[in-house]
Amino acid sequence: MIDIGEFILENALLWKQIGMWIIGALLIYLAVKRQMEPTLLLPMGFGAILVNLPNSGALTQGEEVGIIDYLFDNGIANELFPLLLFIGIGAMIDFTPLLSNIKLMLFGAAAQFGIFFTLSMAALFGFDLKDAASIAIIGAADGPTSIFVANFFHSNYLGPIIVAAYSYMALVPIIQPPVIRLITTEKERRIKMGYEGNRVAKITKILFPIVITIVAGLVAPKSVSLVGCLMFGNLIRECGVLHGLSDTAQNVLANLVTLLLGISVAARMQADAFLNWQTLMILALGLVAFIFDTVGGVMFAKLLNLFNPKKINPMIGAAGISAFPMSARVIHQMGLKEDKTNFLLPHSIGINVSGQIASVIAGGLIISLVSSIL
Amino acid sequence: MDIEMFLQTLPIMLKGMGGIFGVTIVIMAAMTLLNKVGIYLEDEAKKKKTSEEK
Repeated sequence: MIDIGEFILENALLWKQIGMWIIGALLIYLAVKRQMEPTLLLPMGFGAILVNLPNSGALTQGEEVGIIDYLFDNGIANELFPLLLFIGIGAMIDFTPLLSNIKLMLFGAAAQFGIFFTLSMAALFGFDLKDAASIAIIGAADGPTSIFVANFFHSNYLGPIIVAAYSYMALVPIIQPPVIRLITTEKERRIKMGYEGNRVAKITKILFPIVITIVAGLVAPKSVSLVGCLMFGNLIRECGVLHGLSDTAQNVLANLVTLLLGISVAARMQADAFLNWQTLMILALGLVAFIFDTVGGVMFAKLLNLFNPKKINPMIGAAGISAFPMSARVIHQMGLKEDKTNFLLPHSIGINVSGQIASVIAGGLIISLVSSIL
Repeated sequence: MDIEMFLQTLPIMLKGMGGIFGVTIVIMAAMTLLNKVGIYLEDEAKKKKTSEEK
């Protein structure tokens, strides 16, 4: 007769693999039914099932190279996919709302506070510095940056970090509003802001990606490829003579890379490495990062209000996380909910795109600062 | 709880936030200046074009 306890112990890995099938199915459910970041969560969910079949041929077994490991080694381990995806993202973003009111960039900077706060929290909970930095970057609210930084530090937790980064990005409408309501008064939420957009010269739009690349590259040279690819994509868009390339980068390139990226990440979703208490800790710390990004942005706006005679609606500070354009929309909707005539979108969209740049710069700074003391 | 590691990360937090605001202010200053130059050049080009057409 089979001893059930012995059977469970002997087949521990199989049980964990079944657990990963359930997680894979959950990711597919969230992608299809809830439409949460479906372009990433669906391939990741399917990949999680694929790599957790016993002796899966999708993974390298002895001499035989598996497709998922091959894609991971040649697309993620060498940082190719996140960088290519950034070219597409750069081509998608119109920085005009930011350039017409350049002061909004400060809010993007403030809303990266969650990254650095989470770095300290992860270190406090016993993660080594490399892993703490990789976990903290979930707060960038930016998948490619998270992958780039975690991969740069050869983090053991790449799978959970990416799952957390993309899941929380999709959960911005659920995470941000209660945090904002908790730290603002009703009076503050009802502050109306006039929009004074300045004229933006065409040459400014062309020079913007070049200036960002030079400044960010000089400050954090190790991450220049990250900001460089984002800005290269934007330069293609704004130069006005590469419509075909801009269109390809925004659609074909971005879609193709996203497709491969999602399923390649599954290489780090093998049961043994994924199902442990550290994964739960990473999910919790990722949430902390998103919450404190929001707090950083809102508190910065409140700080400015102490000195500024023209009051700022502090909610717009929360749009400084780079989950674009979801965060801008959430803030705009919250403004309308408080007062139907309060249109915060022009401000929140500018801050949201500045968050995209700031999160990449924060990623670069984390790489430089942490590398310097390792 | 690893207090020693936590303390080690505090300077990173300060330098990181300082760095990000520093970079942002440099970019803001550069873009404000470049936009002013860009608008001036655009206006001058328009004026030149108008006078040539006349």
